[in-house]
Amino acid sequence: MMKRRDFLRLVSVGGGAVFASGLAGRALADYGGDKQAQAYDEFYFVQLSDTHWGYKGPANPDAANTLKKAVAAVNALETRPDFIVFTGDLTHTTDDAQERRRRLAEFRDIVSELKVKNVRFMPGEHDASLDNGAVYKELFGDTHYTFDHKGVHFIALDNVSDPGARIGDAQLEWLKADLSRQKKNAPIVVLTHRPLFDLTPQWDWATRDGAKAVDLLMPYTNVTVFYGHIHQEHHHRTEHIAHHSAKSLIFPLPAPGSQEKRTPLPWDPAAPNKGLGFREIEAEVNDARYKIIERPVSKG
Amino acid sequence: MKALRLIAVTMGLSGALLGAALGAQEGVGKEQVVQVTARRFTFTPNEIVVKKGRPVVLEISSEDFVHGFNVPALKLRADLPPGIVTRVRFTPERVGEYDFVCDNFCGAGHEEMHGRIVVKE
Repeated sequence: MMKRRDFLRLVSVGGGAVFASGLAGRALADYGGDKQAQAYDEFYFVQLSDTHWGYKGPANPDAANTLKKAVAAVNALETRPDFIVFTGDLTHTTDDAQERRRRLAEFRDIVSELKVKNVRFMPGEHDASLDNGAVYKELFGDTHYTFDHKGVHFIALDNVSDPGARIGDAQLEWLKADLSRQKKNAPIVVLTHRPLFDLTPQWDWATRDGAKAVDLLMPYTNVTVFYGHIHQEHHHRTEHIAHHSAKSLIFPLPAPGSQEKRTPLPWDPAAPNKGLGFREIEAEVNDARYKIIERPVSKG
Repeated sequence: MKALRLIAVTMGLSGALLGAALGAQEGVGKEQVVQVTARRFTFTPNEIVVKKGRPVVLEISSEDFVHGFNVPALKLRADLPPGIVTRVRFTPERVGEYDFVCDNFCGAGHEEMHGRIVVKE
């Protein structure tokens, strides 16, 4: 039977694998020889983002099928992930509260077909900003939370329930209290929707008080952030903290600041899933901190 | 001195602004006053032409939502509650084009709600 590591090496040839965060030397140095702190098992999880269920428009004439294809593609992975995360914009926004509820419920029904049942959700501004997350919370629960998996501490941050893109003082206090219980070299992964740094504020690609969250995270030496919102892969560092955005599953957006408007890239009928996809993220101990493998919506 | 009391936002990038104020009722003389309307999902006008070195007052009225008005390159931003006129004062010091955006998520066309300040000699 093919080992997990061999499988990853094979798919990485054509799948766009990147080593997401510090290489071995850095990772070991960060631990400062504390063997207890690095004692987590290797595992991988899948990140899907910006599915925008309910979108209808020329940027994706196949919008009614893209999410379903992605669910099928995840189910077809040869090695099942330990869990799956959705980093926001599950649905496309609507001013109609009933329609919002209907879209969120439909989304929930579609992703219930995922074979992996450990699925973590968080909202995007399209899901939550117009009602401060009220319907989202009814259907999916808290918008910010933590969980631990095989030695890695995960923190889901909500920077969208406030339409002004603030995390807010109360949640920042909650984050501070949670971090105070972590070792400085603990492996920490932050999941959120918007970038926590000012990527392209003239396109509203920012979190208004994101710098406060980054400041709280800064003393911790092994922090990686995975987010969505910008509908493309993007890699950035705020000092030692790596930030990785994911592709969307509805339409790609232009590179940050590359044009006047952040209009979706045109649909290409010859390559209908171009620019879309999901990713695998493998937590490794001595090779790379996190290895990212980008996946298309479906094969072929 | 009233003008000093009203200074409420920071200096612009690279000295783009000498001073700026939000919510002012009146200011120094010879200001250029520009009335702007914000509604889902447009600013009208969405291109504001101003003159380098001449103080500007944007009088922004929102019709339907607490839109945001953010000019990141000039470090100017304000919330725009409906029913009142929000005044944004600044003095452009550099010729150029500066994008502004609604940064309070306002609905299905939010991503299209933006505009540009054009500073000319």
